[in-house]
Amino acid sequence: MKQVPALKIDGITLSQSLAIIHYLEETRPNPSLLPQDPKKRAQVRMIADHIVSGIQPLQNLGVLKQIGERKMEWAQNYISSGFQALEQILQHTAGRYCVGDEVSMADLCLVPQVANAERFKVDMGPYPTITRINKALLELEAFKVSHPCRQPDTPAELRA
Amino acid sequence: MASEKPILYSYFRSSCSWRVRIALALKGISYDLVPVNLVKDGGQQFSAEFKALNPMKQVPALKIDGITLSQSLAIIHYLEETRPNPSLLPQDPKKRAQVRMIADHIVSGIQPLQNLGVLKQIGERKMEWAQNYISSGFQALEQILQHTAGRYCVGDEVSMADLCLVPQVANAERFKVDMGPYPTITRINKALLELEAFKVSHPCRQPDTPAELRA
Repeated sequence: MKQVPALKIDGITLSQSLAIIHYLEETRPNPSLLPQDPKKRAQVRMIADHIVSGIQPLQNLGVLKQIGERKMEWAQNYISSGFQALEQILQHTAGRYCVGDEVSMADLCLVPQVANAERFKVDMGPYPTITRINKALLELEAFKVSHPCRQPDTPAELRA
Repeated sequence: MASEKPILYSYFRSSCSWRVRIALALKGISYDLVPVNLVKDGGQQFSAEFKALNPMKQVPALKIDGITLSQSLAIIHYLEETRPNPSLLPQDPKKRAQVRMIADHIVSGIQPLQNLGVLKQIGERKMEWAQNYISSGFQALEQILQHTAGRYCVGDEVSMADLCLVPQVANAERFKVDMGPYPTITRINKALLELEAFKVSHPCRQPDTPAELRA
């Protein structure tokens, strides 16, 4: 598919971030990235899918290249309307994190999308719940160590 | 406590709604369908009433077991976990991953780039835009399927991947995408359309199908 991420693991190669994450969850189940309760699991997936299908594809690199000059406005538009809906959903589901008080797949999708929003200079004022949760997650080691500013391929000028 | 029948908010031609209709049919779950017309009245999904139900202002939305869910794959996973027979996922984790990879490729990598809202923004070049994204998506999918497919997308059992494939092929046909380069997709699509669940859920057979498109 000529895209990242791709994970080579256990003799297979997988693409699509949520397919990869579900495989990790099913084969390395601790700590869990999904709640036990099926309704809460559905909320986690709904939030994750909203970001992964409803926001990110509309502002990824390939699409913005096609959009050309109005790409900033295009990206801001899709991220804003996506976050508007997400903020409402989170008001029903959130505890410390997106769904209750345990880190889930939804949180793994939220933080990178907020980083994209910041890169496209989206006004985060209307999204206090998203902002609060993002801040709480960025305090966790896993979210820090995986941050774009700390990768082997991070350019020098962006390195933490 | 009496169980209420699930309610599905659906548009006949929405490929995302069709995926959920297939899942409900395969699992033998009866439900009430409330049509939401994405085109009439400026788009009924934008009404205050629908927005209160689903803040994402999109179909499908499923009201079931006292909750309302949106996002077709989140809904389908919920159905899978609460009504597990017949199963829409293989037992083996690697095969499950292949099913999800194919489903996600369609649901995140192809459909969002050619949905109604985006094409409205694209304007005049929308046919070309849609054809481009469907073609490049199908090109990649055809290669993946050559490794995973049996009778259906992954092996010989119907899975979530198949629920995503058929509606996307219907979209491809609507946008006049040349299906010549995708023989595996074409073969699987044809096999799936012979199954009752894929027929009964088809856009041409819905309560809100316009007369001129009705089967």
